[in-house]
Amino acid sequence: MPDAILSLSNITKQFGSLLASDDVTLDLRPGEIHALIGPNGAGKSTLIKQIAGEIQSDSGNIHFDGQLINEFDAVARSRMGLARTFQVSSLMPEFSVLQNVMLARQSVSGKVFRFFRPVLGDKSLVEPAMAQLERVGLADRAQMRAADISHGERRQLEMAVALALEPKAFLLDEPMAGMGPEGSKRLTGFLDGLRAQAPILLVEHDMDAVFALADRISVLVYGRIIATGTVDEIRGNEDVKRAYLGEEA
Amino acid sequence: MFSLFLEQLLNSLQSGLMLFLMASGLTLVFGVMGLINLAHGSLYMVGAFACAAVAAWTGSFWLGLVASLMAAALAGVLVEMLIIRRLYNRDHLDQVLATFALILVFSEGTRWLFGSFPLFLSVPDILTGTVVLPGALEYPIFRLAIIIAGLLVAVGLFLLIGKTRLGVRIRAGEADRGMIAALGVNIDRLYTVVFALGAALAGLAGAFVGTTQSVQVGMGEPVLILAFVVIVIGGIGSIKGALVGSLLVGFTDTMGRFLLPHAFATFLDPSSATAIGSALASMLIYIVMALVLFLRPSGLFGTEA
Amino acid sequence: MTMNRETLINSILAIALVAVPLIAMGMDEPFIITLATKVAIFAMAGVGLNLVLGFGGLVSFGHAAFFGIGGYAAGILASHALNYEPIMESPFLIEGTTQMIVIWIVALVVSALVALAIGAITLRTSGVYFIMITLAFAQMIYYFAISWPAYGGEDGLSIYVRNGFPGLNTLDPISFFALCAVMLGIVMLFSAVLIRSRFGLALQGARQNAQRMTAVGIAPFRIRLVAFVISAMITALAGALYADLNRFVSPTMLSWHMSGEIMIFVILGGVGRLFGPLAGAALYIILEHLLGGVWEFWQLPLGVLLLIVVLFARGGSVGVLAGERKHA
Repeated sequence: MPDAILSLSNITKQFGSLLASDDVTLDLRPGEIHALIGPNGAGKSTLIKQIAGEIQSDSGNIHFDGQLINEFDAVARSRMGLARTFQVSSLMPEFSVLQNVMLARQSVSGKVFRFFRPVLGDKSLVEPAMAQLERVGLADRAQMRAADISHGERRQLEMAVALALEPKAFLLDEPMAGMGPEGSKRLTGFLDGLRAQAPILLVEHDMDAVFALADRISVLVYGRIIATGTVDEIRGNEDVKRAYLGEEA
Repeated sequence: MFSLFLEQLLNSLQSGLMLFLMASGLTLVFGVMGLINLAHGSLYMVGAFACAAVAAWTGSFWLGLVASLMAAALAGVLVEMLIIRRLYNRDHLDQVLATFALILVFSEGTRWLFGSFPLFLSVPDILTGTVVLPGALEYPIFRLAIIIAGLLVAVGLFLLIGKTRLGVRIRAGEADRGMIAALGVNIDRLYTVVFALGAALAGLAGAFVGTTQSVQVGMGEPVLILAFVVIVIGGIGSIKGALVGSLLVGFTDTMGRFLLPHAFATFLDPSSATAIGSALASMLIYIVMALVLFLRPSGLFGTEA
Repeated sequence: MTMNRETLINSILAIALVAVPLIAMGMDEPFIITLATKVAIFAMAGVGLNLVLGFGGLVSFGHAAFFGIGGYAAGILASHALNYEPIMESPFLIEGTTQMIVIWIVALVVSALVALAIGAITLRTSGVYFIMITLAFAQMIYYFAISWPAYGGEDGLSIYVRNGFPGLNTLDPISFFALCAVMLGIVMLFSAVLIRSRFGLALQGARQNAQRMTAVGIAPFRIRLVAFVISAMITALAGALYADLNRFVSPTMLSWHMSGEIMIFVILGGVGRLFGPLAGAALYIILEHLLGGVWEFWQLPLGVLLLIVVLFARGGSVGVLAGERKHA
């Protein structure tokens, strides 16, 4: 069994009387897409934030790439190779599509505090950034302001920025959110090929995509993982069906 | 020595309570409307000038006091409806610049109407003179009256916020602006009322302090900055924080100016002691503020993340 | 075409800045040369602030602190030199100086250190807290300057003879103007290069979306702190020149009104526009001279104008004339 690139053990997070994360244990193995599903309010976003380093867990451990990262802040975790996308696209609206991706490349290159060379002429940033834009199909939008592109294109840009980080693992928060059936199908195909580059922890509500892509699925209900398994195992699981009573399963 | 100490203690209390009148209005406006208002000091000034002008014209301090409340509230309502209203959805930079522009308008406008020389407000006859306190301290009755008035206003404000329908709306508005609009509360009117309330409090403070010192253009600015320090220390949006912060700042400033030169005099020569002591005293509040921020970046009772 | 319009406006501004004092020299109106020098100096202070305000999105309401530090650097060093009194004798000798270049270096170093200290504390806060705290720290320095008797306190400090620059007669108005204009040019060039660099991209990124910056692995705090320090240094340099222009420095240079004025230069000209501070400073000085000569209370219409600009003309004068930008 290959070593997991990301593993959570006994993660717990409480907000006052609300137990948002209840002894959560899961891992992400190389080459896999591990989907995290659960009804609304299950605590998926809180869990994502803890993994990304935006909030601190009350107890439990998170290991990434062989290291214990509990004490690492979000910036450090990103630099270690954990790339996350946001459920609501988080981009620089005044920058061009290309500039958004170039910023990510800049971070990867490690050379941020450079004061004299003009960045737009810097081939070492522009070329890889354009390559990522081509991969997601946004190359012809490169010079447009991020605020002026469509919603679906913004989701693509969000993806491109994550790709540009050349991460060791992807943390994708509802990448299909707000996409129509055409866009979802294309993105599903895209993510299918992406798992070879780096494993993906995929939080999604779109069950078609989840069942098409996932190697494993974990189900989060009221902060607890009630089941982890393959698509078939989860489909046949009684607890899961009960948890989703009234929802598509 | 004790009487001197007691005097400074009472002065601190007075200073803190007057500061509370300023800071509470400022923090309410920020908490409910999310607006930073630099022109708050101008409203303080308007209150002082209104009081001085009406008191001089009618011969009655009390009429002047009523005038200060009305003038400040009216100025607040006008400014809110004409200008402030357009700033609620703007970013902080726009709010800072627009209210800074208002300061210019108020200051130069007042200078135009009243000239650059300070006006004097005389203490009403009933409240002149001193009273003898423990330690054989002769303390001015008027200052005691201000302290009592300040305490009454503080109590009144807590009751207003805690026990009245307006108070409920204010607290709800601080927690979730969008929600109370959805619940049918007339937001425009609420905001105008809150702004006018803050203005009236500032004007009242201006009238009180104007009587103990003097009434002149620009008198509101040092107080405004202190009020900012108070809010930073106490936490934006918190009336309790404003009270605690005001008292803390009032005491630190007054007692600091009194004690520090004395403290330095124990091991330095008198002129250096005064120089270094006063310089340090004037910086003391900001040092305290920096310390509080270092330990609690949102202030002591801050609700803002 | 919008980029070209802005370049056109920038060129006009630059030419006007040089042409006006030359014409004034020809017409023997040294006062106009002094006004032009003031414009150049205020523009420089604005360029400094614009770096953090316009490009960085940080509303620093305490930049007068750095303006004043530069001014006092000039004043203190000059007064010690002219009185033949060293500033410090032990553990090592530090004497005053009347050489501008040395004064500028001192101003840059001191302001950088102060900005590092202030920034380290204030940049941990955001929003309204940041505004109030930068204001408060500037006030702290202001009150300190007033109460410290050695350098004039409230009355300020005179610089009897304008400090020297090699090869220039600095007392000659047009020479001093030329010096200030060249320094402004250097500072603006530096600012332009900085904004187009990787650092500039990161700074503008941090302004637009700090959350995304964190997610790509760049800490906004560090970027902002460096920008804050650089901006302080530029404003301090302007302060040193201002003290030499007036041959006088006083706590007024540290007051929050001064902070507000520097903001006005930036806003009137256009936040985040390279030539914005120059346009804004020019507009301000012209208004002060024209309106102020006619009406003592000229700041009242200034306030009204500022209100109109803030409420209705967000891009400042350059923005209004040049139109929307394509992208950052």
